[in-house]
Amino acid sequence: MKDWRYTPTAVVLHNLIAGLIVATFPLGLYMSDMALSPRKLQLYSYHKWTGIVILLLAILRLLWRAAHRPPALPADMPHLQVSGAHATHFALYGLMLAVPLSGWLMSSALGFQVVLFGVLPLPDLIAANKATGHSLRSLHEWLNYSLLVLVMLHVGAALYHQFILRDGILRRMALGWGERK
Amino acid sequence: MRVLLAMLMTVSTANTMAAVFTVPLNDKSSITFISRQMGVPVNGHFTKFTSRIVFDPARPDVSRAEIDVALASVNAGSGEADDTVKSPLWFDVKAYPTATFVSDGLKALGGNRYQATGKLVIKGRSFPVVVPFTAVPAGTSMVLDGVIPVSRKQYAIGGGVWADPSVVADLVQVHFHIGLAPAHK
Repeated sequence: MKDWRYTPTAVVLHNLIAGLIVATFPLGLYMSDMALSPRKLQLYSYHKWTGIVILLLAILRLLWRAAHRPPALPADMPHLQVSGAHATHFALYGLMLAVPLSGWLMSSALGFQVVLFGVLPLPDLIAANKATGHSLRSLHEWLNYSLLVLVMLHVGAALYHQFILRDGILRRMALGWGERK
Repeated sequence: MRVLLAMLMTVSTANTMAAVFTVPLNDKSSITFISRQMGVPVNGHFTKFTSRIVFDPARPDVSRAEIDVALASVNAGSGEADDTVKSPLWFDVKAYPTATFVSDGLKALGGNRYQATGKLVIKGRSFPVVVPFTAVPAGTSMVLDGVIPVSRKQYAIGGGVWADPSVVADLVQVHFHIGLAPAHK
């Protein structure tokens, strides 16, 4: 008998990361167009702190996943859908690491050290260099739009399973203990 | 041979010590500062400043310094930051183009450490400052290094919406590094 749900730890990590991404993505878009002001400096810091927290949670989540296999997909799921799900999840995990890392790199290159919560200075990943910083800004943006597309695919697939296929697969990500199939 | 070398070194050190340093070496000088924004140390510098210094390591009592910094030459990390810092809420460079330090005393603290006292004038506000610094010989010249902590509030630098020290900290560390050649004889 196998668990048909993700473990509660995996569910909590999924929801935390999802919530933080949903909050900090539009914040990033909004703040980058602002004129320089104290508010802008605050928002940039909040955005960076959130990104670092997402990076840490994503690492935790990958470690947890390595030790706790996710529940199996339905046996009758078409091969194409299985491959699609695996590819999307692989890319999502990659971007959960790459997006914050590119932001951290960009911040270092532009000469702004990341100081987590205003108290914990993180090491600069690369030396300050304006040109590199601008390239990394483009990379950060590009990775974010890729993440946006993948999140839409991911949510779209979840809704498709829930409301069209009605295979109950969404319940794998619901919190619950002890229920087995 | 070794004795000769030692004698030569003593003579050359004695020469450096006996010299009076008055000629600023612009390519060996810099005025930089570190502000803290949301706890993040951010570097900046001024590209234009002039110094009139008489530094006699043996005679602190006759040594004196006057340093003028052209505030419009500020580099605060980005064009937008430069413009902000030059604006009326910050330096107000149109009304107050220059920040000035004028010494009124110098004492030797032992070794290569010294302490100047004087007045720092920014935005028409003048306050006394105590400036510890080191003077280290480099070849025939002398290099002065020190830090002046500047309170933004005291000098009304970054008022209005920018006053909140939890966003931009009140204290800005201004570091001067000045190379001086000996006076022409």
